[in-house]
Amino acid sequence: MRGNGFEPKIVAFLCRWCAGAGADLAGTSRLSYPPNAVPIRVNCSGRVEPAWVVEAFRSGADGVLIGGCHPGDCHYVVGNYKTRRRIYLLQKVLAEVGVEPERVRLEWVSATEGARFARVMREFVEELRALGPLAMNQEEKALPPQGGVHA
Amino acid sequence: MAAPNPGPKGPRVGVFVCYCGKNIAGTVDVKKVAEAAAGLPGVVYATTHEYMCSDPGQELVKRAIREQRLTGVVVAACSPSMHEVTFRRAAQEAGLNPYLLEIANVREQCSWVHEGPAATDKAVRIVRAMVEKVKGNHPLTPVEIGHSRTCLVIGGGIAGIQAALDVADAGFDVILVERSPTIGGRMAQLSETFPTLDCSQCILTPKMVDASRHPKIRILAYSEVEEVTGFLGNYRVRIRRKPAYVIADKCNLCGECAKVCPVRVPNEFDQGLSERAAIYIPFPQAVPSSYTLDAKNCLGLVPLTCGECAKVCEAKAIDYDMQEEIVEEEVGAIIVATGYDLYPKEAMAEYGHGTVPDVIDGLEFERLLSASGPTKGQVRRPSDGKVPREVVFIQCSGSRDPELHKPYCSKICCMYTAKHALLYRHNVHDGKAYVFYIDIRAGGKDYEEFVNRAMEDDRILYLRGKVAKVFREEDKVMVWGVDTLTGKRIEIRADLVVLAQAMVPAEGTWDLARKLRIACGSEGFLKEAHPKLRPLEALSAGIFMAGAAQGPKDIPEAVAQASGAAAKAVGILSADKLVHSPEVAEVDEDLCSGCKLCAPQCPYGAITVDEVAHVNEILCESCGTCVAACPSGAMSLRNCQDEQVVRMVQAALAEG
Ligand SMILES: Cc1cc2nc3c(=O)[nH]c(=O)nc-3n(C[C@H](O)[C@H](O)[C@H](O)COP(=O)(O)OP(=O)(O)OC[C@H]3O[C@@H](n4cnc5c(N)ncnc54)[C@H](O)[C@@H]3O)c2cc1C
Repeated sequence: MRGNGFEPKIVAFLCRWCAGAGADLAGTSRLSYPPNAVPIRVNCSGRVEPAWVVEAFRSGADGVLIGGCHPGDCHYVVGNYKTRRRIYLLQKVLAEVGVEPERVRLEWVSATEGARFARVMREFVEELRALGPLAMNQEEKALPPQGGVHA
Repeated sequence: MAAPNPGPKGPRVGVFVCYCGKNIAGTVDVKKVAEAAAGLPGVVYATTHEYMCSDPGQELVKRAIREQRLTGVVVAACSPSMHEVTFRRAAQEAGLNPYLLEIANVREQCSWVHEGPAATDKAVRIVRAMVEKVKGNHPLTPVEIGHSRTCLVIGGGIAGIQAALDVADAGFDVILVERSPTIGGRMAQLSETFPTLDCSQCILTPKMVDASRHPKIRILAYSEVEEVTGFLGNYRVRIRRKPAYVIADKCNLCGECAKVCPVRVPNEFDQGLSERAAIYIPFPQAVPSSYTLDAKNCLGLVPLTCGECAKVCEAKAIDYDMQEEIVEEEVGAIIVATGYDLYPKEAMAEYGHGTVPDVIDGLEFERLLSASGPTKGQVRRPSDGKVPREVVFIQCSGSRDPELHKPYCSKICCMYTAKHALLYRHNVHDGKAYVFYIDIRAGGKDYEEFVNRAMEDDRILYLRGKVAKVFREEDKVMVWGVDTLTGKRIEIRADLVVLAQAMVPAEGTWDLARKLRIACGSEGFLKEAHPKLRPLEALSAGIFMAGAAQGPKDIPEAVAQASGAAAKAVGILSADKLVHSPEVAEVDEDLCSGCKLCAPQCPYGAITVDEVAHVNEILCESCGTCVAACPSGAMSLRNCQDEQVVRMVQAALAEG
């Protein structure tokens, strides 16, 4: 399908009200997108701990997506603003240790934006394919080369 | 943290993978998922079923819970928004705490969007992660809460009125907030209503009076919702009552004030086709039955600048010192029925709307047809008051035009245009009407028959096609178009053009939705929790919607929705008790340093801090933002703890 190319592994933290509902809508509308991300549902993107993102990279992820509600639309009023601030800081710290900040992607997807969710997934996978595997994972673990999610 | 499921044998998780007919099994190798699950640590039982949500499927889950003495269950099936409740109830019936059951979404977020072996691989990962979560879940008991028995209805159009009446008739108090000086909404402006052609005001005003006389309904007109806090059953609302400067109880509607008022501004009720004074009543049957002084246009609220109205008011009803008032109420449920506006004139420049005076919209035409309107029901055109002999109606003006305007169908325009053409013909016997349409959508009871009546009239010509241009030529309005059935160019020298403008959400809908923390769709109409199965509910529990605020709608539909929303609200108001999710934030007092970083993170004011932090379980809405902010790990979200998520992440990424 995609040949033997590198398939990035992704963890997607999706809030249940917007991004998660948008992902459900992408499903209901049968909008296909690459299967690289494993979704983990949280109530609010504001619950996402920077430590989880770090853990994902340590466990072999090549990218982490955090999906929340559009600014001003957060089900919990302002949770997404807090996320934005935390993730921004996290990206800076990660850059220090050699993890490209683009590997952490924060996206606002509303419950009505199934198409947008599918597009975000496609784009993110493309970008990570271009970036290649996370160097940290390559060194620390004797992974089969570019096993990806199809291992 | 103590082991979540203590006992000599550790966790005993059961995994139930659903085929969902072909919906999941068509793409995902369901058997393989179950096999993979069976090999996971802590999983003692894994199986599949054709339809897990069916009675036999649920029975399978229940039996396994009992026979296998399960301490946790993962159901790999559709989105948790579909059947989490179903399966948690089943778990409870089998004696397992419902919070020990979780849904792994392998349909919406897997089988429906992927294909091939990768879909199965992803499903396995999703299930693996969920097994880890369930192993860390604790049994919980829902929190019981008291609740208000009052309902707030926002918007006093026909939908809001109907909802208010139904809730009140069921025995509950209603606060009906309307931002204009009277309830009634758009229906009050209409002349006659399709498909029966009964007089709109004649059927509306009795309902308005019923609402105003109902002992359980309190109408707050000329008021707006400022702020909404709280949650299901316990919403706290702040309502701003704009000063009307007229004491409603004293006003006897003599109308002397309006006669002496020197101000003249466009009258909104007549869509600007007439003028009103700064002190006015929108229409004689307005409810509340009182004049209103519009401070924006008044020369000055001090007797020194003008004061004419107060001088002539024998009832002494005018009070220039009236102040804005804030009303605070606790309500258990909220129904939003804020209705619609028409797509603005300026947006339809190609049809000369807004620049050619004899190009008007449907609501303006309603006013020209209405016996209470500016022309007393005689159709006369705005520019010179002449009776128009040739009228062109243009349907889909701004609708179904994704490139330039609105992509959607406004649904009711085919019907009201047919009505307009018929009423015009009743009115002007020798007049001729042309109707441009893309196609006719008359899918309602007796609707097709109604449109046929118009089509069969030999002085109403239906032209299938699009109008390219509308412009003024001398005292005529030129309409250029194409008849797409014959391919012929059409040019009509009309006296009046009526545009069936797209319906759009009422101004301010978006702001209000934000205050309520509910969603709007891309076109700004209120978004329902599920387009098919929960069409009246917002995603936030306890908030419902009715009428054109949710999408273009005619009166019968708006009324039906309103009664439905009322029934939903009554379901909450009449409940013995409401329960609140126990999956809330909690503080480990031994770890908490009292640093106070958490409290300002909470949008609900659920956290107070003295020596240590405390969470109010009822106010907490479980977002977990405070948890992510806590530097000492003292704050946690029940059943979404750090260790759990970390294990989920590891399981999601693990190989093999
Ligand atoms: C030209 C035309 C002709 C029509 N003819 C017919 C017909 O013949 N038959 C038929 O069945 N239907 C007809 N309709 C449709 C009909 O007007 C609507 O179906 C009906 O008015 C919808 O009622 P509603 O209560 O949902 O909204 P509305 O009538 O729009 O009422 C909404 C109310 O909410 C208030 N409001 C808005 N925002 C706020 C806020 N933020 N706070 C407080 N209050 C607020 C408004 O002031 C208004 O009073 C016609 C429509 C048009 C445009």
